[in-house]
Amino acid sequence: MRIELDFWAVLSEWPLLLTGVGWTLALTAAAVVVGTALGIGCAWVRARGFGAEHAPRWLQNLVGGYVELIRNTPFIIQLFFIFFGLPAAGFKLSAETASFIAMVINLGAYATEIIRAGLETTPKGQIEAAVSLALNRLQTFTHVVLPPALKKIWPSLVSQVVIVMLGSSVCGQISTQELSYAADLIQSNNFRSFEAFMVVGALYLLLSFAVRHLLNWAGATFLFGRR
Amino acid sequence: MVDFSLWDIIRNLLLAMRWTVGLSLIAFIGGGLVGLLLLMLRLSKLKGASVFVSCYVQLFQGVPLLVQLFLAYYGMGLFGINTSPWVAAGMGLTLYASAFLTEIWRGCVESIPRGQWEASQSLALNFAEQLRYIILPQAFKISVAPTVGFLVQVIKGTALASVIGFMELTKVGKTIANATFSPFLVFSCVALMYFLLCYPVSLYAKSLERKLHANR
Repeated sequence: MRIELDFWAVLSEWPLLLTGVGWTLALTAAAVVVGTALGIGCAWVRARGFGAEHAPRWLQNLVGGYVELIRNTPFIIQLFFIFFGLPAAGFKLSAETASFIAMVINLGAYATEIIRAGLETTPKGQIEAAVSLALNRLQTFTHVVLPPALKKIWPSLVSQVVIVMLGSSVCGQISTQELSYAADLIQSNNFRSFEAFMVVGALYLLLSFAVRHLLNWAGATFLFGRR
Repeated sequence: MVDFSLWDIIRNLLLAMRWTVGLSLIAFIGGGLVGLLLLMLRLSKLKGASVFVSCYVQLFQGVPLLVQLFLAYYGMGLFGINTSPWVAAGMGLTLYASAFLTEIWRGCVESIPRGQWEASQSLALNFAEQLRYIILPQAFKISVAPTVGFLVQVIKGTALASVIGFMELTKVGKTIANATFSPFLVFSCVALMYFLLCYPVSLYAKSLERKLHANR
């Protein structure tokens, strides 16, 4: 038996692939910014020894429920719920908006736990020192507690970002035009399904390398480098 | 048109949950076996073996599971194997799980102090004996909590098998949602069922972790 692979048929559709890469990166970038911000907020509420003493009980329970619910259900179900379920309840969303919201909510929950672990390593003396310098609670958090915590957990956060980017391949299932959707389009044009997914798989591999190294480098250079 | 009561929806979803559980077990056990093999290969200091294993891990951790499943599905068809979704999903998830498990376990083995290897060597144990009597029993203890934690990832991963036509919880949920026109209700139920599957496992992993740290 002879197997003929025709990668050229796939590569000649490069505009589709390029659009796919663009959407994947754009969705990931947007979700990372908003999701991390959400994660920082939720981590403050949940962190013992720092925020949990100040946040009201109901808010702690709400955030705890959110984190556990998201971490214990598959991303594809979260996405389907937002895209198919919410319109039935009156919120109509485009595929791209639904993907974005699902990614933010998903990353937010994982980032909460990662950042919380960082916040909880803050030595007590640091907070006492900040209080003795008459910094208020917000200033203490943004200037004293958060920066070293982020520095400590940066590699884990970067790993999670890569996981979310790879997870965004699922968004093609609701017709968001990201990379795996491009593979689907190409294979329906020329029936080269195996080759299409090989090429797209290789692109994802490249993207995950690039994103990981870029973020690690950016973290070391711009965020935490100069001390 | 058939009318679905709430009980019909829940009953069908519960029946579909069997396949989610079954596929999770296949992937977890199969992935464990392949992962153990890869771990041995990596520890064996054979030439090129550790490079091969680290490439394998990089490959499966750097490509989305969705794409891996499509590749398994179309790839086996290409080689003339009659692919049922069971075989493709089982194989795809097994390979995926093996890459993660071998990496988790490698970390556990590496956390065993060097002196343990040297001490066992000085007792004239050969490589297999060192692993069997000294290293693996200690590494096993550390590895239980993260391994159970990874089981949650596997259960959630099986949801993606729906895209290659595997009739598990997600796929059945989608089918029922299309038939009943009440996606809000159906997907809420599906999410709840995944939660009921995963949350106890998560809690168990967390309690194992706490116990392990208490012993130190």
